[in-house]
Formats: sequence, C-alpha cells, structure tokens
Amino acid sequence: MRRYLNRALGPALFVVAAVVVALLPRFMGEFRLLEFTLVAIYVIALLGLNILTGYSGQISLGHGAFVGVGAYVAALLSLGRPGLELYMLDPPSWIPIGNGMTPVFTIPIAALVTGVIGFLIGIPALRLGGVSLALATLALAVSFPILMKRFSEVTGGGGGLNLNLPETPFGWDISTRHWLYYEAWVTAGILFLAAWLLVRGRIGRAWRAIRDGEVAATSSGVNPALYKTFAFGVSSAYAGAAGALFAIETAYVNPDTFPVSLSILLLASAVIGGLGSLAGALFGALLFEFLPIYSQEPPIFSFHFADQAPSVVFGVFLIVIMLLLPGGVAGLFRTLAGAVRTGRFRRRSDTSELA
Amino acid sequence: MAVPARAQRFELSIGPLLRGVLLGVGSIVGALAALVLIYRTTDVLNFAQGEMATFTTFIAWSLMHHMSYWPAFALTLVIAFVGGAAIERIIIRPVEHRPEIVIVIVTIGLLIALNGLSGWIWNPEVKAFDDPFPNGTTEIAGVVISYQELGVLGVCLATVVLLWAFFRFTTLGLVMRAVANSQDASRLLGVRVGWMLALGWGLAAVLGAVAGMMAAPSQFLDPNLMLVILIYSFAAAVLGGIDSPIGAVVGGLILGVLINILGTYVDFIGGELRLPAALVVLLIVLLIRPQGLFGHRVVRRV
Repeated sequence: MRRYLNRALGPALFVVAAVVVALLPRFMGEFRLLEFTLVAIYVIALLGLNILTGYSGQISLGHGAFVGVGAYVAALLSLGRPGLELYMLDPPSWIPIGNGMTPVFTIPIAALVTGVIGFLIGIPALRLGGVSLALATLALAVSFPILMKRFSEVTGGGGGLNLNLPETPFGWDISTRHWLYYEAWVTAGILFLAAWLLVRGRIGRAWRAIRDGEVAATSSGVNPALYKTFAFGVSSAYAGAAGALFAIETAYVNPDTFPVSLSILLLASAVIGGLGSLAGALFGALLFEFLPIYSQEPPIFSFHFADQAPSVVFGVFLIVIMLLLPGGVAGLFRTLAGAVRTGRFRRRSDTSELA
Repeated sequence: MAVPARAQRFELSIGPLLRGVLLGVGSIVGALAALVLIYRTTDVLNFAQGEMATFTTFIAWSLMHHMSYWPAFALTLVIAFVGGAAIERIIIRPVEHRPEIVIVIVTIGLLIALNGLSGWIWNPEVKAFDDPFPNGTTEIAGVVISYQELGVLGVCLATVVLLWAFFRFTTLGLVMRAVANSQDASRLLGVRVGWMLALGWGLAAVLGAVAGMMAAPSQFLDPNLMLVILIYSFAAAVLGGIDSPIGAVVGGLILGVLINILGTYVDFIGGELRLPAALVVLLIVLLIRPQGLFGHRVVRRV
C-alpha cells in the first residue's frame, strides 16, 4: 500500500500543480498574468538546462544564447522573412511560412532548429571537460548578442524585431494575455512530461551513469559521446521552445534581451531550484522571476534596494545552497517529505553529489 | 551585467602585430593568474577571477581619491591578497573535496555576487581610471606606441618575471610547486597544504588586481571590465594547454596576434567579431588537439 502511495505521489503533485495553474488566472490581473506566463517560459528553459547539467553532468553557461536563437527563429518565421532570401536561398517549401506563420507553429520549428544547432555545438563540446565546457559555453553567451548585432540585415541589429501580439484563436472568449498564459503553460506541461519520460527511461539512466562516472558508464556499454551530444541537443531544443514562447509573449526580440547574465542566472536558478530534479525547474523558474523583484523591494520592509541587489542575493544564495543544500530547493522538499513519511530526519545520500 | 562589445576597445594606435602582443600579454597575466596559481595548485578554475580583479580595481579607484597612484596601487595589492586568501578559506575550502562541477558553480556564485556588489557600491556608470605613465608617444621600429601602452607592457612583463622568479628561486615557491604536484605527498612532508592553497588564491587575486588596474585606463572602469578579458585569458590558456604555464604564455601571444591580424585584415571579422573569432579558433584547436598546444594528455584509469 505504502509503495503505491509513494508511486502516486509524483503524478498527484503534477495534477495538483496543473489545477493550480489552470485556476490561477481567475485570481490575478493582466500584469501578474504576464509574470506567471514568463514563469512557464523559464520552467521550459530550466528543464532543458536541468537535463544537461543535472542529469548528464555537463555544465552550460550559454543556455541564454540558445534561448535567444529560439526567439529569433520564432520571430523571423512569424514575420515571414527567415532571412534566407538575403543569401539567395529559399526556405524549404514544406514550411508554411507565407507572409508570416501563426506564432504557435513557430514553437516546434524553433525548438528543432535550436536543437540541431545545440547538437552540432555539442560535438566539439565533448572534447571539453566540465570546466572548459563552462568556459566555451560562456564565450558562446558573450558572442550571441555581438553576432545578432553584426548580422543586422537579418536580425534587425540593435533595434531588434517587433512582432504583433497574436489574436486569441478559435474564437475563444478570453483575452490575448490569457491565451498566451495557457499556451505557455500547456507547452511547459507537455515538455515536462516529455522530460520525465526521457529521464526515467533508458536514456535517463545512461545520462546519470555518465554523470556519476564516465569511465564506469563506458565500461558498462554506454556510449558517452552519443548520449552527451544528445543531451546537448535536447537541452537546446527546450531552450529554443522557451525562446520562441518568449518572443511571442513579449512581441519583441533584441540582442540585449539575451545578455550573458541571462545565461549565468539561468544556471544559478537551475542549481538553486535543484539539479537532477524536474520539479527543481519549477522552483528555479519561480525564483528567477520573483527573486529580482522581491530582493529589490522586500515585501516586509518599505525599502528600495539598488538594481544590483538581485545579483548579490542570487550569488550569495547560490554559494550558500552549494555549501549547505546540494539538492537545492527540490532536494530540501524531498528530505522533508522523507522525514514526514518515515517519521525521522535523515540526510539524503541517494541523490548523490550535485544531483 | 549587460555586456557591450568590448572587443572593439582593444583598438590601440599601433600595428596589428604589436597590438596583438599587447592583448596577448594582458591575457597572459590573466591566464597565469587563473591557471598557474589556482588551477595548478588546486585543480579549480576560478570563474570569479575577472570579477575579483574588477572589484579590487574599484577599491583602487576609491583609494586614489585619497592618495597618489603608487601608494594606492600597493595598498590595493595588499587588500587583494587578503581578500583572495579569505575567499579560499571561507567559501572554497568547504567544497574542496566535492566534484569539480560543484566548485565551478560556487565560483560562478562568487562571480554573480561580486559583479552585483561592485555595481551596488560604486554604481554601474563607466568611470575614468588614472594611469601613472606620462602622456605622449614614441616610435619603435616604425610603429607609433604611447608611453601608456609601453608602461602597461612593462608592468605586465615585470609581473610575469617576478612570478616566475618566485616559483623558481624561493622556498615558498618551491613548496607551492610541491603542493601543485601532489597534495598528499606535500602534506606528509609537513607542508600546511590548506595555507598554501589560500596563498595561491591570494596571489591570484594580486595578479588580477594588477591586470585590472592596467586594463582600466584604456578600457574604462565598470563592473564588466574584466569579463571579456577573462574569456580571452581562458581561451589563451586552453589554447596553450590548461596545465602548462609556458602554454599560457605562448597561447596568449598566438591568440592575441592571430585575433588582431584577423580583425584588421579580414573585413568580415572587423572589430566586432573578434571574440566570436577567438571562440572559433579555440574550438578548432580543441577538435584537433584537445589537450592544447603544450598540455598533457589526461589518461583516465578505472
């Protein structure tokens, strides 16, 4: 009986979360709605980062660049000018671009394109151990805005690209903001389930085996090169989907929307939320959206901190979490749940180092 | 932490080759700081190295309102040393034996916090930073070079030579090399390994402070001063082989010269795409020779 309860706990929490997400818009105004739509987008990006760093053990400081790629792909597709014509190339005829695609359909394409780019970058990244990979991806994050500004004939340069907010489709009687909210959360839900399927199966086991000991994994018949580049591809595809949603939601992309700090803070949020735990992506996303707001204007004190306060709080949080709670917020909840279930508190050891 | 295309600011008024050497020397100091001292002794690559350097440069900027250049310079180095050693003792030490990725994340936390802190304390506006060298230019082998550039070059070279002499000729340097070689063996011989690691971090912070104060007059001072320099340093280090001090020096020179020549003579790259070009060079080297030009191949055993 207890075993069934334990097994049902995850799906039950998922259903509860889904209900909460579905009912939330009834209790908030347009601005709050926008904030929570962004949370869904960050959940997607952090799921991808968690797959890469938390499960396959590869550190990326360039996730923001992949989010940016996804955003630009979606923006260009929905504007109906993918930029290929400048290079005398026609877009493939099977992609229904026309005079601009319906924004929703740009999401899978953006994910696919970003995933392929991530996969290709993952190949040289294989040669890099943890630290050099972090460095190379950091260089990627620094390069991204520079590249976007340089190729301004396609990307609109520093001025960025302006999009139109989509209309609510199917004649539904809800506002555009509500539609975008549901669109983002439904995408996040689908991608959450996909990540769960990936992580619990053969591929997830291979990733964890590589993370915990590459040599041992290899000698057990796991091909590390294949699985590591695959993780890179999947993670980038998630980032691409998040980027596409971001472009649709904010109706504007610009090189400076995707600075290095985005990549670094995404990694920080993934770690604080909890690496190696999909629920950690949700905690990380809430933190990413609301920590900057509340650390600037703390809810209890009537005091306004400098614009830099969020960075300081983020950095200190990150260090403290690494020193005291390697499992992040998700790990803390797991420990608490374990304590409630067994009636005694014990330190988690099976979440292994870092995960 | 929005990052301007700082690569452009490497524009100096001399020929691309010499300019490359200058950039290379800057990277070398950074690379040596990040590598020889920390990576070699502790196997930790410190992502906060650049932010530590920027932070100490801000301290120098404040001190310079109260005293003249060189006393402020010296005092900053002392503060940097104490700060670097303290960071090792307080933040890095508890995670010393955890996996590499944990330590990397801790140094990234330090990067975020220090970046925010320097913006918070000194506000993120760009500041002019004094330099102690006389104005004017001179001509060497047909290339016009300013005294300021010569001064920076001189200080950086002096730092590298001093560092080399420290490791080569002093007992403390010998002990630190022993720790780098084998912590366990050093400990058995009575070396206080923990303090040597703290010393390494302190020295790295001092080098960072020197690099920051040398870079600030031409690059201007703001919280993101060292980010691009840090990436160039890392690229130089990886190019040369991440565990090789000679590799860091040669890698820095090659990278600096190559990027400046590419930037000057290839229109497509120009001023803006130098950093991405450095990244591409780096990736190509890693594909052909993963251990870098002078690095040692790591053999993994089960």
